[in-house]
Amino acid sequence: MNIARHWRERTTRYRLEGQRHRRTGEVRFPAQPPTLDEDPNDWEPYQLSGRGEIYSFSVIRQAPSGYESLGLYPVALVRLEEGPLVTAQLTDCDEADLAIGMPVEMVTRRLMDTGEDGVLVYGYKFRPCVQ
Amino acid sequence: MTNVYIAGMGATAIGEHYGRDLADLASEAARLALASAPGIAPHQIGALYVGSAYSEELYGQGQLGAYLANVLGLSPAIPALRIEAAGASSALALYQAVQAVQNGLPLALVIGVEKVTDHLEDAIEAAQAMAADSNEEALHGVTLTAQWAMLMRRYLHEYGYTADAFAPFPINAHANGAKNPLALYRFAIDANKYRKAAMVASPLNLLDCSTLADGAAALLIAGEQLARELDGPRIRIAGSAVATDTPALHRRRNPLELSAARASAHIALGRAHLGVGDVHVWELTDPHGIAATLALEAIGCYEPGTAPRHAAEGAITPTGKTPIATAGGYKARGDVGGASGIYQVIEIARQLSGTAGATQVAHARIGLAQSLGGIGATAVSHVLIRES
Repeated sequence: MNIARHWRERTTRYRLEGQRHRRTGEVRFPAQPPTLDEDPNDWEPYQLSGRGEIYSFSVIRQAPSGYESLGLYPVALVRLEEGPLVTAQLTDCDEADLAIGMPVEMVTRRLMDTGEDGVLVYGYKFRPCVQ
Repeated sequence: MTNVYIAGMGATAIGEHYGRDLADLASEAARLALASAPGIAPHQIGALYVGSAYSEELYGQGQLGAYLANVLGLSPAIPALRIEAAGASSALALYQAVQAVQNGLPLALVIGVEKVTDHLEDAIEAAQAMAADSNEEALHGVTLTAQWAMLMRRYLHEYGYTADAFAPFPINAHANGAKNPLALYRFAIDANKYRKAAMVASPLNLLDCSTLADGAAALLIAGEQLARELDGPRIRIAGSAVATDTPALHRRRNPLELSAARASAHIALGRAHLGVGDVHVWELTDPHGIAATLALEAIGCYEPGTAPRHAAEGAITPTGKTPIATAGGYKARGDVGGASGIYQVIEIARQLSGTAGATQVAHARIGLAQSLGGIGATAVSHVLIRES
C-alpha cells in the first residue's frame, strides 16, 4: 500500500535533501511548498550533511500500530548542523548512553514494513557518531 | 452581534463504556443538556455542531452531523456538521456555534463525543499520532506521548528540574477527580506513587500520562433574547478565539513555546475586554504535567521555567492563584480526545455557577477553557463570565 507515497519522499528520506534560500542561506528540512508570500524560485534543493546533536529524546514503550515489532525504541529531535530540527528514531545505541547534546549522524535504515503485499520503507535514522 | 450564553449542559461519565456505542453516548449527553434547560424544547435547536477527533479512525463512522441529527430526531432542515481538530475538535465546534449565535441563530446544540475503547493501545496511539505531521513525524513511529516526553526532557534540561517537579500536576488532578462522579479515575495519588510509576515514554511515567476513554458532553448555546427567558445564573461566553501553529514540532523556532496557546488565550481575553490576571479558574489541555506547564507559561500566568515551582507551592489547586483541573483534568477526569473541550467548558460553567461542590473555587466569576489539538497546533480558548 501507499507505494507512490513513499517513492515520492525518496530524496528526503535517502539523501536528507531539504531546501536552501538563495538569498538568506537559510536551510529548511524537509522541503516544503512555498508559502503564499514567498517566491518559489527563492528556494533551491540542498543536501544536508546528516550530522547534528540530540536536542531531546524519549524511549517509546507503547508503540503505535505498525511499529510493535520494534519493541522499545528511542526517538529524538535532532538539531542538524545546518540549523533545522528533525524528528527521527535513534539506532545503534543504549538508552543509558543517550544525552541531550550528544553528537549523532544519519544512517539509512528500515522505518516500517507495510505488510505482506507492501514495500519495506527505508529512511533516515540517527546514531551516535562513530569516533 | 448578540451576546452568547450557555443555556444547558450535560455529560456522560468518562470511562470504558463497552456496552454502549457512540450514538448512545451522544444521545445521553444531549438529553441531559435539554433536561438542564426546562424552558427549551428540541424543535428550537437551529444547528448541530459535533466535535470528534477519532470517529472515523477508531469508530468507522463519517458524517457525524447527519448521523447524530438523525439519532436525536432533530429537524432535517437544520445544518448539522462535524468538526475535526484532534484534541481541540469540540472546542472548535463550540467556536463555530458561538459565531452562528452571535450572528443571529437563536439556539445551537454542540456535542463532543469519542468512542475509542473498542481498540487496543496500539491503534489508539496511531490515531493520536495523526495530529502530528504524517510524513515527518508519524512515519517515524513518534507518538503524541513521546512528543510531550521530549518537550519534558528538554524542559528539565533547560531549567534544571528533575522529573519529580511535575508530580504536583497529576496529584492535583487526582485529588480533584476523586470528587467528580463522572471521572475516569476517582482516587488520589501521592508523590511516592508518582516516583515509583513505570515509564511510558521516558521521562513520562504512567502517573503523568492521561488515558483516552469514551464519553460525550453537550452544550446548548443561546443568544441573548432566548437566554433572558431562562432561570438560573447566566453564563456568558464573552470571548472565543482560535490560533494555529505547525503540526510538526521540529518546525517551531522554540518547541517549548506554545505560541498558538498564547495567541488564542490573549485574543479571547481581548475580545472579553479582560486580561490574564482577571481569570479565577482555568481548564487547560493537561494530559501531562509538562503540557499544563507549557500552557500556563505560554498564556503568561508564570514566567518560562517557573510553573512547576508555583505548582509545588499549591498555585494550581482549587485554593491557589491559578486553579486548574478542578474536575480532574485530562489525567483523572479522563482524556476524551476531541470531546474534551465541552467537558472543560462545562466545568468552568459549574465553577462560575457556584455548583462545583468539593472543588469549588471561592468567588469564581471569570474562567478560561483552552483546548489544544496535538502539541498545540490548534489552540481554542473560550472565556466565560457569570453575569450578576
